Amino acid sequence: MTNPPSNPLRDPQDRRLPRIAGPCGLVIFGVTGDLSRKKLMPAVYDLANRGLLPPGFALVGFARRDWENQDFAQIVHDAVKQYSRTPYREEVWQQLSEGFRFVPGDFSDDEAFDQLRQTIEDLERERGTNGNNAYYLSIPPRFFSGVVGQLKKHGLAEQADSWRRVVVEKPFGSDLKTARELDAVVSEVFPPESVFRIDHYLGKETVQNILAMRFANAMFEPIWNSHYVDHVQITMAEDIGIGGRAGYYDGIGAARDVIQNHLLQLMALIAMEEPISFEARHLRIEKQKVLEGVRLPQHLEHYTARGQYTEGWAGGVHVPGYTDEQDIPAASRTETFAAVRLEIGNARWANVPFYLRAGKRLGRRVTEVAVVFKRAPHLPFGETATESLGENALVIRVQPDEGITMRFGSKVPGTAMEIRDVSMDFAYGGSFVESSPEAYERLILDVLLGDPPLFPQREEVELSWQILDPIIEHWAENGSPQDYPAGTWGPSSADAMLARDGRAWRRP
Amino acid sequence: MGTHLHDTNSAAIAAELLLARRHAGSPAMGMVLTLVVDTDEAGADTALAAAREASTEHPARVIGVVRGRASGASNVDAEIMIGRGAQGETVLIRLSGAVAAHAESVVLPLLLPDSPVVIWWPGRAPDDPASDPLGALGRRRITDCAAVPACEPDPLLTQCAAFAPGNTDLSWTRLTVWRGLLAAALDGYPGTVSAAEVVAEPDSPSAELLRAWLTDRLNVRAARLESEGPGITSVRLVTAAGEISITRADGRLAVLTSPGQPDRPLALKRRETAELLAEELRRLDNDDVYEATIKRLSKLEGVGR
Repeated sequence: MTNPPSNPLRDPQDRRLPRIAGPCGLVIFGVTGDLSRKKLMPAVYDLANRGLLPPGFALVGFARRDWENQDFAQIVHDAVKQYSRTPYREEVWQQLSEGFRFVPGDFSDDEAFDQLRQTIEDLERERGTNGNNAYYLSIPPRFFSGVVGQLKKHGLAEQADSWRRVVVEKPFGSDLKTARELDAVVSEVFPPESVFRIDHYLGKETVQNILAMRFANAMFEPIWNSHYVDHVQITMAEDIGIGGRAGYYDGIGAARDVIQNHLLQLMALIAMEEPISFEARHLRIEKQKVLEGVRLPQHLEHYTARGQYTEGWAGGVHVPGYTDEQDIPAASRTETFAAVRLEIGNARWANVPFYLRAGKRLGRRVTEVAVVFKRAPHLPFGETATESLGENALVIRVQPDEGITMRFGSKVPGTAMEIRDVSMDFAYGGSFVESSPEAYERLILDVLLGDPPLFPQREEVELSWQILDPIIEHWAENGSPQDYPAGTWGPSSADAMLARDGRAWRRP
Repeated sequence: MGTHLHDTNSAAIAAELLLARRHAGSPAMGMVLTLVVDTDEAGADTALAAAREASTEHPARVIGVVRGRASGASNVDAEIMIGRGAQGETVLIRLSGAVAAHAESVVLPLLLPDSPVVIWWPGRAPDDPASDPLGALGRRRITDCAAVPACEPDPLLTQCAAFAPGNTDLSWTRLTVWRGLLAAALDGYPGTVSAAEVVAEPDSPSAELLRAWLTDRLNVRAARLESEGPGITSVRLVTAAGEISITRADGRLAVLTSPGQPDRPLALKRRETAELLAEELRRLDNDDVYEATIKRLSKLEGVGR
């Protein structure tokens, strides 16, 4: 769709040619928010700086502020200077900022949406956006219905000769029911292929590298099954507390916040069968099969764990407990740590548990997937020789310090036969990380190009809620999260959960 | 800076590299290729700096080779740089005396096992890079016609005549942004292009390549006009719907004009060598489009094997 065959300058062999988006504009609702300033605006600039935005690209901000276009430009300018990845270049800025517009108003304000339509039409004339627009809803889900309704009412969602796309951020609902309601609101106005759900994890290079690693290599796939894999651990640990997100986080908790989306998506990528191609449709089919095959443990009380951090010392800093954080009720039962054991009911993964855990104020910030292999069936060494030999493991580090670690046994130099674990590390290029694009750059560009493989679809979102809903219900009916001191690796019940299977969490 | 080895040989250099890596605390290598830089003493610093910068994107062992005077005693000197903010490893090898004519014998033992080798001539390149003893070691050979003084016989035509799969030139790399924008501009106007022209400073290998590329792709003989520069100043395509043009007078900011659309500004900066090199290293197989362009240019100019 981006490379019409009728263009003689395009050639599939010509892989140097960058994917430049066609004429279009981006409208951001909730442009005053943190995400918008720290991620979206810098990503737009970085894309422009890399020459991947179309000439005449337009950026429209919509928010309840009494701003003029130049005030908005100033805000973007500051955000770009502070957060952009690539160096600041005046000529890029000039070119880009000519396309900045700001529309002040409330989401229920008809006049403001009239003005938005006017602005978009003006931009089509002045900048040549061809009427192609992406609407980025960087706003709490409770406003979706209002904004989407307004877009429809004011004729901003019609797709005649141009495209109109809508971009939504997580959370995609807070359970299956609300997810369906939310989806109904959006899909009443936009067709499914015009809805882009951002899970920024899927825009990360290392996550995409999971597919490359699994399906471009001959040496991993043969052992990627229950014959060789003992279990899989997926961890997303944050060292920070909830910071300024109290209003959002309380009542949501770790399971809904990250397990439902990031961790289940990671699990699907690790566990899925080889897709026929990397087209969105084929990827979705395979991911969906994994999610549909997920089996919950019979005894949820034994194989799930949740915790809430209490005050403590984290990385040399004294930090408050969750219930002492600003705006958090003292009696809050929201979990800041969640762990679950899942199984996948297919031949490849029979009896291989997937342990997922996520939490705040843990030992350090790390996201990783560890595939832990079974021990060698027979060890032709004396018992003492292999005492300090663990299980082989392949660890995919998603962030920070992206890379892959392989752990295997090796002989300790010396006369005696003694075998010990060694780690071999592939850093995904140490400083390469700086020059590799931010997840949001990739995702925004994909939205503008209309390239959907990296965006979860409605079915995946609903299946994820189907997995999580019974667990959250179980928690709601039974007791409270267990305390764990800030700066540690979670509550003891999480350790007990693995100990029951004769296993232990890795220290990432 | 770095460790200096005097009157040395490849084995000692390899041992020193291993030692330096151990000292840096990371015995495993994540390097993906070997980049050999064939340069003169004057250009060595700049070239190696660009190579090191490019190797932040493609962790590489960078081997700089400087050939000194061929007279006097045969001598190999090496300077080894590891760490210091750069990915990978850098060695600068200075050859003088009889060994200067056998640089490939010094470089061969230092190539990383089983991974691609790229040879780059930041200045003057051999007339036939593929049959050059150093060039023959690489699967990719990067020349830079724009780096050769204008008074000499046209280096682009020399490279055209000597083309072998795997050869590429930085004056082609410099075009990528132009080509991307032209292709994107033409996306909106399907159909045939009836005329094309490239306006650039008189001595511009990039402009010749762009003209050849347009001629090859559009099936219409692209015209070449001269201007004051810098570099390429404008490209014009005539379509059924009207004229598309990209004009850049100052080497930084350009204007895109297309039928029925307002004029649109676009940043079109001339890129640094390190950026160009990083683009070259992204793909290490033969560049088929460059090959087609070079062959077209050879036909247009009446040269070739």
